[in-house]
Amino acid sequence: MLEDFFTRALIAGIGLALVTGPLGCFIVWRRMSYFGDTMAHSALLGVALSLVAQVNVTLGVFVIAAAVAGALLLLQRRNTLSTDALLGILSHSALAIGLVVAFLSGIRVDLMGFLFGDILAVSVADIAVIWLGGAVILGALVLMWRPLLAATVNADIAEAEGMRPEVTRVILMLLLASVIAIAMKIVGVLLITALLIIPPATARRVSGTPELMAVVAAVAGAVAVTGGLFGSLRFDTPSGPSIVVAALVLFLVSIAVPARLWQRKREA
Amino acid sequence: MNFVEAPRGHDVLVDVAGAGVKRDGRWLVEGVDLSIRRGEIVTMIGPNGSGKSTTAKLVTGVLKPSVGTVSRRTGLRVGYVPQKLAIDWTMPLTVRRLMTLTGRYGPGEIAGALEATGVSHLAEAEVQHLSGGEFQRALLARAMIRKPDLLVLDEPVQGVDFSGEVALYDLIGQIRDETQCGILLISHDLHVVMAATDTVICLNGHVCCRGSPESVARSPEYLSLFGARAANALAVYQHHHDHTHLPDGRVLEADGRVVGAHEHVHEHEGHSHHGHDHA
Repeated sequence: MLEDFFTRALIAGIGLALVTGPLGCFIVWRRMSYFGDTMAHSALLGVALSLVAQVNVTLGVFVIAAAVAGALLLLQRRNTLSTDALLGILSHSALAIGLVVAFLSGIRVDLMGFLFGDILAVSVADIAVIWLGGAVILGALVLMWRPLLAATVNADIAEAEGMRPEVTRVILMLLLASVIAIAMKIVGVLLITALLIIPPATARRVSGTPELMAVVAAVAGAVAVTGGLFGSLRFDTPSGPSIVVAALVLFLVSIAVPARLWQRKREA
Repeated sequence: MNFVEAPRGHDVLVDVAGAGVKRDGRWLVEGVDLSIRRGEIVTMIGPNGSGKSTTAKLVTGVLKPSVGTVSRRTGLRVGYVPQKLAIDWTMPLTVRRLMTLTGRYGPGEIAGALEATGVSHLAEAEVQHLSGGEFQRALLARAMIRKPDLLVLDEPVQGVDFSGEVALYDLIGQIRDETQCGILLISHDLHVVMAATDTVICLNGHVCCRGSPESVARSPEYLSLFGARAANALAVYQHHHDHTHLPDGRVLEADGRVVGAHEHVHEHEGHSHHGHDHA
């Protein structure tokens, strides 16, 4: 029995990490971590609204996260407030409205579960959603890799040389919204960004190309999930935060040790 | 209108007609007419904020004109070196990987492009570690590996010392000679560009004068924009004189007549001064 839910948690968590690593690379390269955070926070509003409207929660979260991203893109064009301030407004308003709606609706919601995740309650159906959704997201990343990377390096070059950076940008938003929708149950809205940012940051030091960085980030994320879950079992700590702590430990190791080794290799 | 480079032949790559870009109620540039033909080097000069980069973005299609038209030959392949390119430190990007940013190229093509711009030895270096000149060469290699019909180079010699500048301009001229691509070159200073350039366009919110390098250097618009010292630096490039600007501003024509500067008509002139009454 114990074996069973733990195995499910492992499979779900690793499946998620394999996606957040490569996608998170783009978040890091584009300096969008606060943006990702804002979308993740809006997920709680998505949960509340989909419970009120009685629609699929994963779908509701995806729609609301995408809508918040769209709102931000529109507000940015109007040049009224800095992106930084806009993100702050959207991020915390979405979170707060989500909490208020959840309270007003009178629906009994396991708030802690949505804020911090409940990976140990993952069902077989959840695993199917994560792996199928994850496969679609990874497939899109692979197919769109060159235009995505070109637009990330320089949107003007991409546009001048026949690509559509505006389109790739929207696609990136949609992929991010999907990841948030499937990740929420695993690590919760408050910690999703950690899985998007920390594994790529860990991978940076040991990777010589963007492609390698994406692969290493996926592996680092999977290792963090595994380590975190075993840690949470061993020390009886909450699983979501334990995964993030494990990811942080990996990151610290990566900046402490291989930095010099890597440097020497490059100079040789 | 008597634009010199207006002919619409089959070798015209890009034709910009009466184009302007307005942002937040302000014209970044307006009244731009220019065309670039195969094998032609067009150099755009002008002070800071004169709309050079904006015009380059019009030509490449990054910006859409608020008025006027920009027509590119269908299927035009563009190679672009933007003025500013900050690559985030978090992206591990070697010079070699930079070469295939917008297209797929074989090891031979990559080696060839790096060889041509003299950065073969930096293939495995991360772009964030390059010096200004090395980075510009790497960017040039990346743009030319596409075998573009049109190369758009926005201040390609920034951060390059003088001898490097000369070498880089030689290289650009060589690329034109070998590939017969059209080149739009943007420069904040005219004096090194001169040798290989076919047409100079002097920009100051609008096209203020244009023509061969020699004629632009002598034009009163150029002198008032850049001062007489800039013109002195150009003396070496003036090959033939059909008239002389006198110290008092009048012009000595080749046939011996002395006329006022405003009466004197440059052969190259396509002054589009309709942009003046917007202020």
